[in-house]
Order: sequence, then C-alpha cells, then structure tokens
Amino acid sequence: MTYAAGLVAILAAVWLLLSGYFDKPLLLGLGAVSVALVVFISLRMRIVDDEGLPVQLPAGLVRYLPWLVVEIVKANVDVALRILRPSLPIRPRVIRVRAGQRTDVGRVIYANSITLTPGTVTIDTEGDHITIHALTEEAAAGVLSGEMDRRVTRVEGRG
Amino acid sequence: MILEIVSSVFVIAGAIFAVIGGIGIVRLPDFFSRIHGAGITDTLGAGLILTGLMFLSAEWTVTVKLVAILALLWITSPTATHALANAALETGLRPGVDETEEATSSS
Repeated sequence: MTYAAGLVAILAAVWLLLSGYFDKPLLLGLGAVSVALVVFISLRMRIVDDEGLPVQLPAGLVRYLPWLVVEIVKANVDVALRILRPSLPIRPRVIRVRAGQRTDVGRVIYANSITLTPGTVTIDTEGDHITIHALTEEAAAGVLSGEMDRRVTRVEGRG
Repeated sequence: MILEIVSSVFVIAGAIFAVIGGIGIVRLPDFFSRIHGAGITDTLGAGLILTGLMFLSAEWTVTVKLVAILALLWITSPTATHALANAALETGLRPGVDETEEATSSS
C-alpha cells in the first residue's frame, strides 16, 4: 500500500509538471482520473513493488549521478580526442568483470553506466558477470579498478 | 544576453561533439568500436545541446521537460546500445581485439 501511495504521488507530480496546469478544475479532475486509472491497472498487473517503484534508490542516486556525469564528460573528451587524432590511437579489447550488485536493478544501473561512458560498452550479461568491449587500455583499466562497481553497490543501499 | 551566450556555448559544444561522434562512426575500424563513436553523440552531444536549451527556456515547466527528456535519453540510449551490441554478438559477429583477457574487478 505504501508503494501505491508513492505511485500516486509520483504520477501526480509528473502530470502537474508536464501539463503546467495548476488552476483549471476540469483538467486537474481529468488528471486525477488518469492517475487513478493508471494506479488501478498497475495494481491489477501486480507491478507495484520494490522493483517497479524502487523507493530505496533516489537517495543513493543523488550522490552517484554527479560522479557519473563527471566520468562521462572525461571519457567523452578522451574518446573524442582519440577519434580526431590522425593516428587513431585505440586498442580494442574485451574484458569480463563481476558485477557486485545484489539486485537486478543494481546490475542494470551498473551495466547501463558502463555503456553510457564512451570507451566502454556492455556487450553481454550472464548471471553476475558482464562482458565489456573497451576501446582503449585506459577505458578497460577504469572498469577493472572497480570504482564504478563499488559506487553502484552503494546506491543499492544496505551493502 | 548573458544567458543567450552561455546557451550558445553549450549548444555549439554539443553540436561539435555530435559531429565528432559522426566522424568516429566513419573512422573507427569495426562494428563494436563504432558503437563508442555513436556513444559520444548520444551522451555529451545530446546532453550539452539540451543543457544549452535549458538556459533559454522562458518558463520553468519547459526546463522540467528538458530535464525529463535528458533523463529518458540517458536511460534508453545505453539500453538500445546494449541491445544492438548484444544482438551483434549473438549472431556471431566477433569484435576485432588485440587481446582478450579474463579478469575480475577488485571488489
């Protein structure tokens, strides 16, 4: 029931922010009906749980995202400079690392973070091992250092 | 005026990164390394352009929408990239690599 209440709050906030209507009773009423309908359908589909609505994540994400954005910018500049250099200094390689996260959501965040960072792309996942294609030795070393893995595990909480 | 200059700087920088991503797709040797080039356009190219537009938005609701677009883009683009790379791997395309190594992260 807590998750249902949370879903109502989030849907209402999204509706208000996207529509920008705060003082039109008819439209607000229709918005409320939409929210009620979505919550009803979600409850019937039994997708209102800790995976559909990961309330434990935002607190950790607030600390993780700024770090991730800085890493993405650094990696972007590095790969961009390599692309522009006439000698094209790349050394593609494939590495396999262990994802230390407990939950599927955590592993998805980790694998997507790796792909989001230019220079490394997650090409395969099986169980808690992920296979990564790295464009350069430095990019591969960055993943192997395990810092991102630790930070994502911390986002998951209780770890 | 100042906002317009800041906005222009971001949008132009984003456009430059988008073009570099395109150059990367052409210059890099094989499918798997070309994905990295496309990644530049997806992340910093789109990110900088959207950030630049945020400085110009007259209403704060527009800024909220731009943030939502950026968040959606940064969640869906790696997912799509992974789907693409995994599909290539599953159908038997092997990345051209200098060396393959087994390794475990230190955690």
